[in-house]
Amino acid sequence: MASLVAFSFLAALVLGAGLGVVLTRNVAYAALFLLVTLAAVAGIFILALAEFLALVQVLIYGGAIVIVVIFALMLTRIEEFSKVRDNPQKPLAVVAALAILGVLTAAFLQFRPAVSALRGASLEEVGKELFTRWAIPFEVASLVLLVALLGAFLIARTGVDRDRDGDAPPEGGGR
Amino acid sequence: MTLLMMELLSGALFAIGLYGVLARRNAVLVLMAIELMLNAVNINLIGYAAFLDPGRVLGQVLAIFVITIAAAEVGLALAIILRVYRNRGTVNVDEINLMKW
Repeated sequence: MASLVAFSFLAALVLGAGLGVVLTRNVAYAALFLLVTLAAVAGIFILALAEFLALVQVLIYGGAIVIVVIFALMLTRIEEFSKVRDNPQKPLAVVAALAILGVLTAAFLQFRPAVSALRGASLEEVGKELFTRWAIPFEVASLVLLVALLGAFLIARTGVDRDRDGDAPPEGGGR
Repeated sequence: MTLLMMELLSGALFAIGLYGVLARRNAVLVLMAIELMLNAVNINLIGYAAFLDPGRVLGQVLAIFVITIAAAEVGLALAIILRVYRNRGTVNVDEINLMKW
């Protein structure tokens, strides 16, 4: 019963803050709503007995991704912070979102597998599985992260901006 | 808490994220909506791992990979957005028509 109450509270928080992310006019508020949503999702992971995933969620999403998103917001369009406008195709977006909500809800209500009781996996089990059966995907994921970081560094590097003001940077001779 | 409740929550969060992706103009806000959709998928994976999978581990491992790829995607996408802003002076997705035929 207590888990039901906690789940209802967290689900309301997830959905409310998620709506805040996509509806608010102020991009700074959207980033803060995103943080609330991610933290509430971490709480749902704890209720589903996936403590390690909750930890990863807080560390990576709350700690890293939201910070990076806020940095990007600060570096782009800071003068238009409070009056961001949406697409003209907004009504169609509402229709598409409602359609996918209906399809998913119908599918979930139709698909009733024989569920067993809620049981979590210990961190030891997850680690064992991750480093034995999923060892190669794990290494590939680390490679993906490395390449993405190097690519992000290369793309966002300052100084090579010939499109707008024409003059080549003094130190950018390498490219 | 039952499996159905987690499924319905993830479906609703996915629909919210889809609305954000389609309706927002600012590319950073589109990215945030994509994060919402990825989180909806993760909720679903964790729910199935906790209620259906006999080993209880597979869904968590997949969710870890989803989070990893999401981190890589956000880093790279924000770098691209910064670059586009520096070169074009805008981050609105309907004004970035460089690759539009």
